[in-house]
Amino acid sequence: MAEQVKLFKTWSTPFGLRITWALQLKGISYEAIDEDLSNKSALLLQYNPVYKKVPVLVHNGKPISESLVILEYIDETWKQNPILPEDPLERANARFWAKFSDEKLILSVWSAFTKEGKEREEAMDASLKNLKFVEEELKGKKFFGGEKIGLADIVFGWLGNLLPIFEEVSGLKLLDDRFPSLLAWTKELSELPVVKYNWPPHDKMIIKYQALYEKFHPVK
Amino acid sequence: MANEKVKLHGFWVSPFANRVKWALKLKGIEYEYMEEDVWNKSNLLIQLNPVYKKVPVLVHNGKVILESFLILEYIDETWNQNPLLLPQDPSQRALTRFWAKFAEEKIFEAAFNALCSHGDEQKKAVQLTMEAMEKIEGELKGKQQFFGGESIGYLDIILGWISYMLPVFEEVGSVQILDPVKFPATIAWSNRFLNHPVIKDTLPPKEKMLVYFQERRHIISCANLGWIKF
Repeated sequence: MAEQVKLFKTWSTPFGLRITWALQLKGISYEAIDEDLSNKSALLLQYNPVYKKVPVLVHNGKPISESLVILEYIDETWKQNPILPEDPLERANARFWAKFSDEKLILSVWSAFTKEGKEREEAMDASLKNLKFVEEELKGKKFFGGEKIGLADIVFGWLGNLLPIFEEVSGLKLLDDRFPSLLAWTKELSELPVVKYNWPPHDKMIIKYQALYEKFHPVK
Repeated sequence: MANEKVKLHGFWVSPFANRVKWALKLKGIEYEYMEEDVWNKSNLLIQLNPVYKKVPVLVHNGKVILESFLILEYIDETWNQNPLLLPQDPSQRALTRFWAKFAEEKIFEAAFNALCSHGDEQKKAVQLTMEAMEKIEGELKGKQQFFGGESIGYLDIILGWISYMLPVFEEVGSVQILDPVKFPATIAWSNRFLNHPVIKDTLPPKEKMLVYFQERRHIISCANLGWIKF
């Protein structure tokens, strides 16, 4: 049976971008469908009735949702260029940092971008604290995965794209020389063809996040 | 595997630590248990888990594994004898992981909010819990004994708190969530789970749990006990 792989995403979602990287790293042919989240397609709602979100991977008609779940599925289904190491402890460690990205770091950074006053200060403090943990983990390594990128690199990838954009839009300074290993890592990551050629268009991102920033910080 | 040194750091009432106990017991793995006081954290706990400072922590031959979901996967991969906790087929594994994440984010969080909130906020939390549980009820229909099939698996372990802790939340919060009319399959599963030989004698005493949550209800803010937003 010919493999049929579809990826439902949007042009800008960092969660969808992870899946793009994973599929391309493994050389898997797929069809990408960019959704308009203000007008979700019937197919998306059918494939992800629980969350109605992107990304969704559809493999031979079977939908898989939630980016971390999708990444593990991809690694288990297509064995070439593994995303996760073989050793159970290293796997647990990679998954730990992936979870940390999505359960702690993203939330604190997003709050730092969208909140005001005391809440913003708290979010900034938390973000710096969280970034410090990531910096420690990265010390002495080219990638979280070692010499090649792995799950944690793929999942942290949004840092390399969104943090500079947040800074450009709002002056929010998080990724700077307080975190030399992270800075070096974003450079290495961005050099990889699969990353370099798949970043969402910069100007379009600035417009999008400028509009979002204004929404959260209305001029009084 | 002789000379394996397995240590579990837990807290008697932590449903997350209990998951690991069940997994170790199911696999027949001998381990040493260390009780931690999460309200007065030891230096050792902070050293083992500096990022979250939480239980459970599994230490295997000196190696540290954190986060109950990840510890379960680690156990399944390291001791890959039967019973296997996760299914073998990748799409079944994906579904299992999907529902585990859903249940943790949508059911546990909401149920915990229902425990420690009041008034309208509590009503909303109860409603959200029940909406999420409807999805799980749907998943249980037509299943054999457990989510894992004939025997307990990963998803049963993750959801196991519903069988023994949710009734405590209900009583302490004075709410009803486990409506037998709405959730017949869940309640039937819950009873089977509670009666499973591995589970039966591992539960914290109900009276002790009731006292614990009654006492803490007023000092636990819903932003706390691990559900700090960042």
